[in-house]
Amino acid sequence: MREVYAVGIGITSFTRLEYPISEIAAYPAMMALKDAGLSKVDHVYVANMGSARLNHQSGLASAVVDTLSLTPAGAEVIENGPASGASAIKTGFMAVASGLHDVVLVTGAERLREVNNLDATDFVATLTHPLAEYIYGVTLPSLAAMFTRLYMQKYGVTERHLAMVAVKNHDNALLNFYAHLHEKITLEGILDSPEAMTNNPFVAEPLRFFDCCPVSDGGACVILASAEVAKKLKKPMVRLVGVGQATDSHCVHERAEPTDLLAVRGAAAQAFKMAGITPKDVDVAELHDAFTILEIVESEEVGFFKRGQGHLALERGETKLGGKLPINTSGGLKAKGHPVGATGVGQAHEIILQLRGAAEKRQVKDAKIGFTCNFGGFGNNVVCLVFKRED
Amino acid sequence: MAIDVEKILRPVDNPIPPFPPKYMMLAGGEEMIIRQVTREDIPDILCHVEPLLHVERDYYDVVAARLISELLAYYRYRVQDEYVLVAQINGELVAVVNGRLLNKDIGMSYHTVALRRGLRVGAHAFAAKMEYHLDIIGQKEVLIVAESPIGFRRWMIEYGLEKRFNMAHELGGVPSWALTKELFNKARETLVVGRRPVPKHLLEKAQAAILPPTDPPKAPADLLAATRSMYDSTGTALMAQRWKQEGRL
Repeated sequence: MREVYAVGIGITSFTRLEYPISEIAAYPAMMALKDAGLSKVDHVYVANMGSARLNHQSGLASAVVDTLSLTPAGAEVIENGPASGASAIKTGFMAVASGLHDVVLVTGAERLREVNNLDATDFVATLTHPLAEYIYGVTLPSLAAMFTRLYMQKYGVTERHLAMVAVKNHDNALLNFYAHLHEKITLEGILDSPEAMTNNPFVAEPLRFFDCCPVSDGGACVILASAEVAKKLKKPMVRLVGVGQATDSHCVHERAEPTDLLAVRGAAAQAFKMAGITPKDVDVAELHDAFTILEIVESEEVGFFKRGQGHLALERGETKLGGKLPINTSGGLKAKGHPVGATGVGQAHEIILQLRGAAEKRQVKDAKIGFTCNFGGFGNNVVCLVFKRED
Repeated sequence: MAIDVEKILRPVDNPIPPFPPKYMMLAGGEEMIIRQVTREDIPDILCHVEPLLHVERDYYDVVAARLISELLAYYRYRVQDEYVLVAQINGELVAVVNGRLLNKDIGMSYHTVALRRGLRVGAHAFAAKMEYHLDIIGQKEVLIVAESPIGFRRWMIEYGLEKRFNMAHELGGVPSWALTKELFNKARETLVVGRRPVPKHLLEKAQAAILPPTDPPKAPADLLAATRSMYDSTGTALMAQRWKQEGRL
């Protein structure tokens, strides 16, 4: 396989964007083309989950490639639920690594806020099993709540640990211009004060309002290229060195141990093996914290901490900026936002920014290796990526 | 015989009990005070509401225009039985709510404007307004409308308001919704918060001056940047948009 480098990046604010979905995909792509110093590419992959249903736009890749004046480059949509972004990067990686293409543009975009929050929640819930889950009213928050309750009983995680994740990620998002939520929150304000139950009500017990990610619109883009092209562009040499993907049962209740996220474990192991590193080598990570519990559990499943120890590392401050392994420096899905199809590309954007040393006030010192975990469904389709700075 | 026209035009307010100030902690750990202001305070509020006229987002422009007229009418005695409450954090104005008494039993909710977004600032201020009508003045129900979808979610859905579509609301003449005492009692445990009395130092800070909001709602990112960027392959329009948001332009 050929080596694959990330040579250009771009992103929109993750917020409410009142633009056509094709333009939400195109903006970050334009920024990435400018960043890379390129004006054409061989192929365009568009990561998106719901444009046909939510935005009345099918054939999104055709719209995007023309909006960008990149025709006649090939173009297609990659849909893999909330893991669409990393799946599209993986597909782009395969295209360059195989020698099929030299330069591919991977842009992710979603416009969820064209519909109201109830419809957006219902739309995301369509990724659950139609007959065994969805028809009984299961939503992603309800699945996450049941998972959290079980995890709390088993490993001693408390609501305070969940709130600590939220506080940390909101703090990080304050340093990220593109983050959806620029709101300082405190443990006292969301957990301890007499007003906490109103400030931070239960959404699906034990998950509260500040344990859940916002519904966001947004786009992000990464351009991947062969070593030959990358060397000519004179950008910091950030290489995509590891890619892993794994699946698990569609229904959460069919898993032997519902608190095990085997697809996370498998995808991360594959990515680390391909990269030839261990979890200990990672300097900075973006984990898929659509709900605060997921940051804790994923930090264990990918191998950063032992089983049941993620919340203890959080208590020790190891995962905050300045800690041993900063997690979700962008603010994570929790505070940076979660435009589902774009999320995985947004995670990669943050890691590439960190490895370039361009993350400004949230820069992790001397970051050389970064990791992303993009979690589709409720853990039934997960894609992990490892990036490494080489120069 | 000389006629004092002003005496005819100026309505006479009915006596109502004052709103006792209260305070609460927000999600960010800051303590917010909600208190009643008098006519003399109105000019200090108007100057902070006026910039919202130009915020074409979530109906801030419509609400600001209407609120300014209501505040001016209150200040210059051209509305009957109006009151104004403000929410402040460290003296900074973060929300304004107002309303009036339609009659002894029915309140007419006017506006709820949050000058700091997020953290339920507006929702807490609205709850205080309802508390004033139903608990302190002792009315039976309050007529409510919403200009924005956010308001609809916060009031009509969260409180489960009853329809009073046979009654036109004073805001735009649109059909009214009503918060009854019974509905308010149901919401009391989850939506209505606040502690009394307000510590002396907090109250004095709030009363000393109504300070300008430090992070008021802003106009959305330039919507035309989308169109312009179609003819600008450099992406400069997008960068300019970012600089504008950062205050560099």
